[in-house]
Amino acid sequence: MFGDERCVCAIQRIGIGAKMSERFFPDGMPQPLADTTTLPFWEAAAEHRLVVQRCADCGQTRLPPSPVCAECQSDRSDWQEVSGLGEVYSFTIVHRPLAAEQSLPFVIAVISLEGSGGLRMISNIVGIAPEAVEIAMPVELVWEDMSETLAIPRFRPRS
Amino acid sequence: MSGRKACIVGVGETQYARWGKIGDVTEHALACQAIQRAVVDAGLSMKDVDGLASFAEDRNEATFLAAELGLPALRFANMVWLPGGGGGCAAVGNAAMAVETGQAEVVVVYRSLCQGQFFRFGTGGVDASAPPDPAPPTVQPANSLMLASMGFAMPYGLLMAAAAYALPTRRHMHLYGTRPEQLGLLAVTFREHASRNPRAVMGQKPMTLDDYFASPMIADPHRLFDCCLESDGACAVVVTTEERARDLARRSVEILASEQGAPQGYAFGPFTNANIADEIYATGGTEEMAKRLWGKAGLKPSDVDVAQIYDHFTGCVLMQVEDYGFCARGEGGAFIESGALKWNGGSLPTNTHGGSLSEAYIHGLNHVVEGVRSLRGESTSPVDGAEVCLVTSGACVPSSALVLGRK
Ligand SMILES: [Zn+2]
Repeated sequence: MFGDERCVCAIQRIGIGAKMSERFFPDGMPQPLADTTTLPFWEAAAEHRLVVQRCADCGQTRLPPSPVCAECQSDRSDWQEVSGLGEVYSFTIVHRPLAAEQSLPFVIAVISLEGSGGLRMISNIVGIAPEAVEIAMPVELVWEDMSETLAIPRFRPRS
Repeated sequence: MSGRKACIVGVGETQYARWGKIGDVTEHALACQAIQRAVVDAGLSMKDVDGLASFAEDRNEATFLAAELGLPALRFANMVWLPGGGGGCAAVGNAAMAVETGQAEVVVVYRSLCQGQFFRFGTGGVDASAPPDPAPPTVQPANSLMLASMGFAMPYGLLMAAAAYALPTRRHMHLYGTRPEQLGLLAVTFREHASRNPRAVMGQKPMTLDDYFASPMIADPHRLFDCCLESDGACAVVVTTEERARDLARRSVEILASEQGAPQGYAFGPFTNANIADEIYATGGTEEMAKRLWGKAGLKPSDVDVAQIYDHFTGCVLMQVEDYGFCARGEGGAFIESGALKWNGGSLPTNTHGGSLSEAYIHGLNHVVEGVRSLRGESTSPVDGAEVCLVTSGACVPSSALVLGRK
């Protein structure tokens, strides 16, 4: 299986220095899957840094991470930390659980990320009644530490 | 051009049943049965078949089916890369390319689903009632490109198609004022069409708009009745040359155009990709392909007499009628509200079999089957004098479509 060994080793390295945070979802939620291209996103997340991939040649940002820049074909890239401010681009209120003891309903949203070169990401909106969520609502990043090695970026209404 | 022109000469299906109701027959045995029936419908013998085509990681491998069915030789075995339900029409298009280039003479396209014997698709294989793994949650290795991409959806609980396609639909509602009543009317219309179709799993279950609003919310704005069925069953479509078709008893159906693909940067679509271009996020992602399709067919949307539009979710149908140019962007809701999709009197009678919402969910190959029947005058919700039928495959993923014509 492609990249597995390197991936597992790298996974064992991550998570040092993760700060404690609030919990919103149970431990049994689906865990991220990563390969060597996408793992740096999760390594940064474990350190509570939200990053997007940036082409080292033309500066174009991209997410999910990928091996090549679709703009200029460069395979050189680095990681740019974003502020964690954003707004809701779209969302759905889900009434079916993914894990035992999950509180329902919950909100899955697409978030436009400020300072990311126009990128969006899939995440959750927490800390608000689901029926109060609206498109274009300003939100801010909140980290949920699922374990010592896994932090998931979620969003709440901007304070 | 070689002068070999492809056409569709036979269709067939097994019994359609609710998810898990066909437990005593294997999925590939059902595939065999559907292929046999389609070949008989065409007036051909299995000895005439030299190609098999399918789509979306079919578990029922053509190599085994060819041996089991006694094909004299397997000259063409093909599967489309387009995911999920996006590839049904493309599989027919690829079969047509094979016969037109002389790679094969008779190609059968098939789809078989006994999902009850496998994990339940809508759950993504997750059992929410299972106790959590005692090991602390961490990043797991992804052993495929698809899983690495899903890594940017799963940790947020995005594993269910009903939630994924609620995202573009919700944005459509925000941008254009599309309302739940309009989605509900679409579901009610297809259920009404199913009421005349003896094959339809929901044929005996009438639905009103009140029933629609009473159905449980799954992933807002998707209620249960916005979501397609989960079904067991199989169907098949036989493609050969017009020359061969002349000797057959059945009226053949012409393939006027076939297109497949995805817009730039689309990847798997909104399920895992939040960065689809803003202009096409709240669409089915099929507008550019639709333009190519009409160009190739030399036709325009108003030339279509009947349509079979892939309906995994109501909102995806609404966005497709805009993509294919039946109404302007943002007017899909009003278009549905006008009754356009109704078989008797609508300007675009759609899903005359009941669709995936009410006939069966066979990844949309049953829409091709119904497209053929509607042009042969055999639909249970017939459209008088229908000469041109649009068939589409799953939208909001890389997709495909056919324009079929009555000979
Ligand atoms: Zn670049």
